[in-house]
Amino acid sequence: MNIQLMDRVATDQKIKLAIADCDIHPTPKSVPVEIYPYLSKRWQDYMETYGIIYRQGFPTGPAFPKGQPNAARRDAYPPGGGKPGSDLDFMRSQHLDPNNVQLGILNPLSCGQGVQNQDFSAAYCNAVNHWQIAEWTSKESRLKASLMVPYEDPSASVKEIDLWGGDSNFAQILLLSRTAEPLGQRKYWPIFEAACRANLPVAVHAFGYGGAPVTGGGWPSFYIEEMVGHAENTQSLLTSMVFEGVFERFPTLKLILVEAGFAWLPALSWRLDKLWNRMRAEIPHVTRPPSELIRQHVWLTTQPMEEPEPREHLLDTIEWIGWEKLLFATDYPHWDFDEPSRALPIRVGKEQKEAFFLKNALELYNLN
Amino acid sequence: MSPSIMTKGAIDCDIHPSVPNIEALLPYFNDHWRDTISQRGVHDLQTIAYPKNAPLTARPDWRPKLGMPAADANTISTQALDTFQTSIAICNCLYGVQLLMSEDLAAAFASAVNDWMIAELLNKDPRLRASIVIPTQNSEMAVAEIERVASDPRFVSILMLVMDEKPLGRRSYWPIYAAAQRHNMPICVHAGSAYKHPVTSVGWPSYYAEDYASQAPAFHNMVSSFICEGVFSEYPDLKVVLAESGFSWLPAHLWRLTKFWRGLRAEIPWVDRTPTEIARDHIRLTLQPVDAPPTSEQLERLMDHMGSDEMIIFSTDYPHWQFDGVDVIPDGISKELARKIMVENPKNTYPRLQ
Repeated sequence: MNIQLMDRVATDQKIKLAIADCDIHPTPKSVPVEIYPYLSKRWQDYMETYGIIYRQGFPTGPAFPKGQPNAARRDAYPPGGGKPGSDLDFMRSQHLDPNNVQLGILNPLSCGQGVQNQDFSAAYCNAVNHWQIAEWTSKESRLKASLMVPYEDPSASVKEIDLWGGDSNFAQILLLSRTAEPLGQRKYWPIFEAACRANLPVAVHAFGYGGAPVTGGGWPSFYIEEMVGHAENTQSLLTSMVFEGVFERFPTLKLILVEAGFAWLPALSWRLDKLWNRMRAEIPHVTRPPSELIRQHVWLTTQPMEEPEPREHLLDTIEWIGWEKLLFATDYPHWDFDEPSRALPIRVGKEQKEAFFLKNALELYNLN
Repeated sequence: MSPSIMTKGAIDCDIHPSVPNIEALLPYFNDHWRDTISQRGVHDLQTIAYPKNAPLTARPDWRPKLGMPAADANTISTQALDTFQTSIAICNCLYGVQLLMSEDLAAAFASAVNDWMIAELLNKDPRLRASIVIPTQNSEMAVAEIERVASDPRFVSILMLVMDEKPLGRRSYWPIYAAAQRHNMPICVHAGSAYKHPVTSVGWPSYYAEDYASQAPAFHNMVSSFICEGVFSEYPDLKVVLAESGFSWLPAHLWRLTKFWRGLRAEIPWVDRTPTEIARDHIRLTLQPVDAPPTSEQLERLMDHMGSDEMIIFSTDYPHWQFDGVDVIPDGISKELARKIMVENPKNTYPRLQ
């Protein structure tokens, strides 16, 4: 099969807004070279012997083959070799510079989270935190790291948060959405408590392997269903956080939902409000309407942007969510990258556009 | 809503008769199963999807002092049909047949429930229709049950739960869809779970409110499944009714599914037009519950996002407590649209009602 690459036409730099990209995926060039220096001999040996074991059957790749190798843009392979997202210079020249990225949030995936061996998960997350600083944020001030925590072991997660709390390399705490239990359940509360203490938002990126099927009705056949299903998955975790009373227990908690779309949020809020009205006696700890709690505590990254026809319908949806709640993201270097110059092909006011592409993120991350 | 928006002769596409108790079904089992039920102490098949005394399960004025709500034809006729001047109402009997682990036991229960509905409901009020209860555990047995009762024109659709063992588009269910198309019946996918998996993709929730909330994401998943598996390419005359699903989530879901289809359609080449177009032709949704936005102006915008005035079909979801009084049509629905929802759209959805 021939793979043809389309030329991406550079847009005129002068008309380009500065943007924040709240979902960039860095990858180690080589795990032994870049990660092992931060892992003890024991865990290096473990990695060599058993590899990484998730709650899924293949150690070498997902059961739903992705749309592209490594889920990556074909043009994102660094000319010097290595995986997409593994070369800072190439990331600068292909993405950060031409797209005028002023702030980039790093979200490392497949980097120690959701690993079944809890001690290994904790050690690996810690190593990846060191690696993000050494290879990325210390070399490029536009980039901020995500504090990786082994979220299925909340006490180890709290230890990791307390270790790095106050370090300005980190902009947020990162979890994956496919947790073993609904994220609002009390098992996870120590993580939220530590996040508030460290004054860091909690970002939940779609994906992971929690063990339960991707739908409440079993495993689908296709990658497209799994990908689309991340929105449903995220709705379930948000429902859990609302109805468990997490936002009332941790009133300063900020939650960022990453790469799960956003247009579903209004309908979910309306549904939860209706259920809350009907079933308040079951959940007396939820003292305010879910839509209010969501509006106060939840932000969403934009990629993959929903694309209605006509596009103007999305303006209604964004107004219902609030222009101040969306954080622009491209998902670089993945195949479903949203091109900044084309992501919002609707006429909107300057103020809204600036909020959407940059200011909301600067404000949320306290980087003004 | 002003009562004047109600149209006489509405077709209510989702009401729920209760099996009063397991004894009521005993006449409809053969000796083997009757013995099994008594000797093994088989319990009533009410499920955790609608806890008996939960507020949502029955509206206060539709809740009897004793026993189950909506458990006999007379009560249903008075409360659900007369009140709304309904000409026809479709009974979707939610009894936990789909939850059983034994295919044989499920098949026996499905037949018993269908025969009970014929004797106790359909024979007692000519306005009543029903969806066929099938043992989804085994498609061959499900088809046999459809064939057994399909000659009765009062069965107008086939009932499945939104969360079964597998996503509903999966090929193992296709014999059911072939039978549905053959007999001019839509598939009615109703809220509920066979509870073979956690109701969310992140495990079992703590509260009933979450279980009920999670029905909506499950409907999203199943719309994806029906479309991506190519059910409507194989069965071009088939319609799928989503019952008690809510509908305000549909536009956003189709935007997302259509975007991913553009990027990933090589994986599912039989899906040869946008999921949005396919849904408009093949998917129908019952009116209640309306997970409505706070203002009627927003609901009007949402109806515009739906991109079709043919997809919503009238339902009260009786006896579930979704609204009060006769306030079944929300503000923001025009009189013209209300008429379509109440009469025309249901007729176009159920060939057996024409």
